Amino acid sequence: MKVGVITFPGSNCDEDALFAIVEQLQEDAVLLWHKDHDLQGADVIILPGGFSYGDYLRSGAIARFSPIMQEVVAHAKRGGPVIGICNGFQIACEAGLLPGALLRNNSLQFRSMPVTLRVESTDTVFTNAATKGALLTMPIAHGDGRYTADEDTLDRLEAEGRVVFRYVDSLGEPTAAANPNGAMRNIAGIANESGTVVGMMPHPERALEPLLGSTDGLVLFQSLLSAVRA
Amino acid sequence: MSATPRPGDPVITPALVAEHGLTPFEYEKLVAMLGRTPTFTELGVVSALWSEHCSYKHSRPVLKTLPTQAPWVLQGPGENAGVISIGDGLAVAFKIESHNHPSAVEPYQGAATGVGGILRDVFTMGARPIAMLNSLRFGSLETPRVRFLVAGVVKGIGDYGNCMGVPTVAGEVMFDAAYEGNPLVNAMCVGLMKEEELIRAKAEGIGNPIIAVGARTGRDGIHGASFASEDLSEENEAKRPRVQVGDPFTEKLLLEASLELIRSGHIVAIQDMGAAGLTSSSAEMAERGDVGVTIDTTKVPVREAGMTPYEILLSESQERMLVVAKKGHEHEVKKILSKWDLVAEVIGEVIAEPVYRVTEGSKVVAEFPGTRLVTDCPQYHPEAKESDEAVARRTRDVHAIAELPSERDPAWTLERLLQAPTIASKHWIHRQYDSTVRTSTVLGPGHADAAVLRVRGTKKALAVKTDCNGRYVFLDPRVGGRIAVAEAARNVACVGATPRAITNCLNFGNPKKPEVFFQFREAVYGMGDACRALETPVTGGNVSLYNENPQGAVYPTPTIGMVGVLEDAAHATGLRFEQAGDAIVLLGENSDELGGSEYLAWIHGVVAGAPPSCDLDGEKRLIDTVLAAIRRGHVRSAHDCSEGGLAVALAECCIADRAAPMGATVDLGAWPALTTRALLFGEAQGRVVVSTANADTVIALAKQHGVPARVIGTVTDAASGLRITTGATKLAASTDRLIEAYHEAIPRAMARAAAEAVTRDPALAGGAK
Repeated sequence: MKVGVITFPGSNCDEDALFAIVEQLQEDAVLLWHKDHDLQGADVIILPGGFSYGDYLRSGAIARFSPIMQEVVAHAKRGGPVIGICNGFQIACEAGLLPGALLRNNSLQFRSMPVTLRVESTDTVFTNAATKGALLTMPIAHGDGRYTADEDTLDRLEAEGRVVFRYVDSLGEPTAAANPNGAMRNIAGIANESGTVVGMMPHPERALEPLLGSTDGLVLFQSLLSAVRA
Repeated sequence: MSATPRPGDPVITPALVAEHGLTPFEYEKLVAMLGRTPTFTELGVVSALWSEHCSYKHSRPVLKTLPTQAPWVLQGPGENAGVISIGDGLAVAFKIESHNHPSAVEPYQGAATGVGGILRDVFTMGARPIAMLNSLRFGSLETPRVRFLVAGVVKGIGDYGNCMGVPTVAGEVMFDAAYEGNPLVNAMCVGLMKEEELIRAKAEGIGNPIIAVGARTGRDGIHGASFASEDLSEENEAKRPRVQVGDPFTEKLLLEASLELIRSGHIVAIQDMGAAGLTSSSAEMAERGDVGVTIDTTKVPVREAGMTPYEILLSESQERMLVVAKKGHEHEVKKILSKWDLVAEVIGEVIAEPVYRVTEGSKVVAEFPGTRLVTDCPQYHPEAKESDEAVARRTRDVHAIAELPSERDPAWTLERLLQAPTIASKHWIHRQYDSTVRTSTVLGPGHADAAVLRVRGTKKALAVKTDCNGRYVFLDPRVGGRIAVAEAARNVACVGATPRAITNCLNFGNPKKPEVFFQFREAVYGMGDACRALETPVTGGNVSLYNENPQGAVYPTPTIGMVGVLEDAAHATGLRFEQAGDAIVLLGENSDELGGSEYLAWIHGVVAGAPPSCDLDGEKRLIDTVLAAIRRGHVRSAHDCSEGGLAVALAECCIADRAAPMGATVDLGAWPALTTRALLFGEAQGRVVVSTANADTVIALAKQHGVPARVIGTVTDAASGLRITTGATKLAASTDRLIEAYHEAIPRAMARAAAEAVTRDPALAGGAK
């Protein structure tokens, strides 16, 4: 498997994603420059976290116009796996790869903390090795994470099993207190219709080692490996 | 050639000289150096370079007494940042700097640009920033203005660091009326590099081009360095335009471009254009290299037309670098910058002629002989004398202060102390900082006495912490200076790291006041004592004087930023109790000391008495004991006793993580001679609370090192709460009540801030006039 991690100006989790793939998973990975048009044969694309173009406008709104995004969208249309993490989720929504938008946290403050996620769907390339209902702990770190869409879209996402992760409390309940940003229906991550594109605000690449407090992010990458190799 | 005035330059008058902050004596020195009247541009340049902020003119002789060397020190004071080796061919660059005055008038931008500046200081050494820390001091959280400042400073720090992708992992925040009107915002950055990537800011090579890199130069922040070198007053609200505006996105590009430049081999030196902008960066680089430079201001990329040389030289526009490239490599430098969508323009040259020359096109507008612009700055040896009030304050018998009736229940006192903003949980702040980016944070804010970051590709980790109790320094500067270093070292040891070196940020009042200079001199001497005893040399830092408000000087606050090294990241040790049944061991000795305590200040409103004594030899032995016990795997948790004393330390071990509280049952009957309040809330130094399954081994290790040690209790489940018995009294508190006190105090106070910012902020009201 070869993973391509896009570096936009202002990306700051691109090195972490590369480190995760190369050092933790021992797989091939390459950084892809935003001004290029070449995915260098990557089987999987990671849109990493950060503040692309400073996010002074709407988060991800400028990054979607980067030259490389034309190739990423084409890759996704071919059924190629894409995961957008944090700012990458915002970019994926702006690029039309996923429905909805990420608005300013309802606290109007940045939120950096571990959260508990419930796996809502295992029908995606990134969660097929997970157990439905399983609870995962991993960090969030964002100011614009309030997932928002119109009711019809939300209903359709629910009906089609495309809500992938929800913020829950330690008992697995999607309470208001467990929702760190005011996301509609406590949604932390969603998928496209085919389950090949996933966007999520939490950071699985920060939860791969016992030394750093959690290994719950591993299941996403294990899912990916089994899907790509299948 | 000689500089001549530009058309439209103001005439140099005594009033104009005074406005530029130069004394008549300093002006005479300038005239003597030039052999003529300076031009307006030259006056501006000198006013910036001879400001306290840039010149250290009152502090340098005292600073020279600090120890700066050790085998592991690769770069001591005098560069953009200090550098130490951590083995494996790796080095750590680190520095702390203040942004107090800007933050006092514009907290968001003031704090944000403080973070930006210190980041640049570290990455210009060739290091990639891997951690940020902040040491903050505010007035009473009871006032709307302070809540406004807290909210703005925290957001400014968060927005800048978060965007940069550098985790903000540690620091400390204290509140005291002494900082009313003049908050302290000290930011520290830690960077990692290969030893061979170290680069210095020394201009070299005659004919090499000088290149301005990064953001364009605008009219913001002109005279920021001079602003930082005067007392704050009501009029300072009008100086808000002197505060710079930060752009972390550009900084992120500049970071990547600078590291790429340094590794490319196309440049010989690089320096941040920070305080006093182009002026100080170019003059200091020339001075370090003992070469001449010439700069043409018409070549500098600017944001707006019509900027004068004076403005271009003194602008403190952010996110700019000055680079000396190798001759003939200009094109490669520009190519790297353009990859990151940044500007690079050749603006000058390193020359053999011993002169610092600024031209506007072909016309010379400023010219100074040799490097005398830097070296001729006068140095002062101000009078130092402790005030009678200070002596009276220290010698007051604080044991004579009567207990309040409520204190008969020590649980009441403990809960009150846990609510004190200085002690209470800072989670409200920490959750606004990304502390996990770069996937290396082993122990982040609030989990341990210091933050721990693993070093990728090695087994090693770094421990970092800032510390300073300004109240102790206020009461006894020498002892307070020692404690600041000792506490930082102790904190770093509690997570399992060997303390290695410090950077310091010396926040003091007006040095021309004898009692202030006494504080400064004695505190620096105290720091020096501790640095020698603990083998943690000073590798650099920053002096911030004139921290005064209309009521007087702030507490003298020499903030210490400590870096330690763990040979094995797996040794990283947190502060919270984890396992019921573990023994609780106190390393170090209790005392009857009560002076300078948070207990006296918060419960009784008294700032008096001698601060706790500091036995540096004992601290060294304590640190060695803690490290030996941790490395042999006997320590489950370790937490030092600081503000609030032993009772607060024990409570924190129980409830620091509100999601996983524990209880503890403790017997302090072994100290019948001590007063209950000193035993519970006194702040005797040199004490660490550890939890362990191998108490006998830990105590034996302590004995070997000559450190007092005793089992004082047992870790229990949360349901049992915290129970402490002394010879005289019993303290019992449920973990729920302790959690409520400790974790809700700051969120509750800050919940009031949002509405106030709009309706009652005095700054906004002032701005509307």
